Amino acid sequence: MWTDSQRKSDKKLLGEMTSCHIAEEPIKKVAIFGGTHGNELTGVFLVKHWLENGAEIQRTGLEVKPFITNPRAVKKCTRYIDCDLNRIFDLENLGKKMSEDLPYEVRRAQEIYHLFGPKDGEDSYDIIFDLHNTTSNMGCTLILEDSRNNFLIQMFHYIKTSLAPLPCYVYLIEHPSLKYATTRSIAKYPVGIEVGPQPQGVLRADILDQMRKMIKHALDFIHHFNEGKEFPPCAIEVYKIIEKVDYPRDENGEIAAVIHPNLQDQDWKPLHPGDPMFLTLDGKTMPLGGDCIVYPVFVNEAAYYEKKEAFAKTTKLMLNAKSIRCSVH
Amino acid sequence: MCSLPVPREPLRRVAVTGGTHGNEMSGVYLARHWLQAPAELQRLSFSAVPVLANPAATAACRRYVDHDLNRAFTSSFLNSRPTPDDPYEVTRARELNQLLGPKASGRAFDFVLDLHNTTANMGTCLIAKSSHEVFAMHLCRHLQLQYPELSCQVFLCQRSGEESYNLDSVAKNGLALELGPQPQGVLRADIFSRMRTLVATVLDFIELFNQGTAFPAFEMEAYRPVGVMDFPRTDAGNLAGTVHPQLQDRDFQPLQPGAPIFQMFSGEDLLYDGESTVYPVFINEAAYYEKGIAFVQTEKFTFTVPAMPVLNPAPSPAS
Repeated sequence: MWTDSQRKSDKKLLGEMTSCHIAEEPIKKVAIFGGTHGNELTGVFLVKHWLENGAEIQRTGLEVKPFITNPRAVKKCTRYIDCDLNRIFDLENLGKKMSEDLPYEVRRAQEIYHLFGPKDGEDSYDIIFDLHNTTSNMGCTLILEDSRNNFLIQMFHYIKTSLAPLPCYVYLIEHPSLKYATTRSIAKYPVGIEVGPQPQGVLRADILDQMRKMIKHALDFIHHFNEGKEFPPCAIEVYKIIEKVDYPRDENGEIAAVIHPNLQDQDWKPLHPGDPMFLTLDGKTMPLGGDCIVYPVFVNEAAYYEKKEAFAKTTKLMLNAKSIRCSVH
Repeated sequence: MCSLPVPREPLRRVAVTGGTHGNEMSGVYLARHWLQAPAELQRLSFSAVPVLANPAATAACRRYVDHDLNRAFTSSFLNSRPTPDDPYEVTRARELNQLLGPKASGRAFDFVLDLHNTTANMGTCLIAKSSHEVFAMHLCRHLQLQYPELSCQVFLCQRSGEESYNLDSVAKNGLALELGPQPQGVLRADIFSRMRTLVATVLDFIELFNQGTAFPAFEMEAYRPVGVMDFPRTDAGNLAGTVHPQLQDRDFQPLQPGAPIFQMFSGEDLLYDGESTVYPVFINEAAYYEKGIAFVQTEKFTFTVPAMPVLNPAPSPAS
């Protein structure tokens, strides 16, 4: 006889053929991760608060689990202990034989994978929200890993509409070589939530309020979806990563130029060829080359100095989502 | 603890220190730059020496390795017998005391300028020990007059009865520049450029003094600490709330009794219950969470600074 997964995909195909929408399974389990980077405090304190009092994140019929992913880094108020937790959820690291010699974050990644993954597993978490801050002036940002994920595009459209007039930007990190193995990627629906600017080790009330609202709207969307609401086809503007740009460096590898004052704090704004990009310590302006307008993001993020990224170039495009409706109704 | 008299000779031995906290990037990059290219620190009558104060913390891009270097210059740290288990910064403080001091001795450097950044919205803040530091007060006045658009505020950090503990206290005269807001680990062009310009003007002032310029008496307004306020915390000592949006970024502005100061995670506001107006500074400084300080309460006061005795002009350029 047909297996469960064959029956599931037949139902989905039938749904696609008989109407224009994608029929999705209801969302059962949602996780909210804070402290993936221990010095990005908004997520740390929201999760800690919700662990004490989770009323505001509960929705009927939905399990929502707040979780601190890197407790040792949180305790030291540092980004990571041995290596960046948000870069190592690839098969190689997850498959390494467990041992005390492994970096702390690799051991932790395996624990997290067993608790919340694997992707498409029976008891796995459907959606993971991973809460981050940045020192860059990026405002409210949602990070998307897959341009064909109708459900998430619909969610992001709902969040953006609900937050308006407060801007909310979507950063698409789908790219053959630049995409990285995030903590949240172990779920079917990974959502990165990034709010800035906030210094590392600082908790600002305004940033906390913005992140809180983003989560509220996200959970409301899931609830409406589970209740059978149909979301009609929609389109959202996204910024897709093209390339990372390092600081100009001297022969010793030290930074020789700073983000130019005209580019500083101008995340998401168009940067034209010829516009100032860097300012050398001797006072010379270095302009953007090439012949394309780009939209810089993560401009002057503290944690990216060591990753050799002064900013990322993106291109602006529209992503479409088909209509979606929960298949249970 | 005594304040040293006004200099009666030209200042010859001057140092500019960056990277006292290894993640405060304006000073780190300026010190590194000057160690390669010291020309801009030279004046006719002296040359300032650049110093990278905390190399290990700078290499790791951290405030400190074992212990806050800018709290390590008390006599108890400086004069106790070295042991192999001493924290890195205690050993380093002793080295800097040998280089720039010894503190409170006749052999100490004439002037040390220490460069800092803060995550607080303190703009351009000039930190000196006390109103009795006549040379430093005239220097602050000079900076305020040169850059009225910067609204340089003067913060006098020493509390009475307390021994000085900061790096610039090893010299006969000293000042710290505290520029913000800038996140730790971030180098902003605007703040870097402002810091560089201010350092140049400090050295210009010392040159003017050395050349026999007269500096008359004047009235100065400054802020001095009267207390600190910690974040609201749970029984376990974790944060229960953070700086209220109406206080955030309002450094040096008056805080009245009854005004909100903290917002709890559960939503309610905590109000300031002091009896008089204070002027908060270092509001939401990242490095002060572990010191139990959400902001420093200061009072504003005015005092007269006497004229500085005019030097006979320096006879020849420094070698």
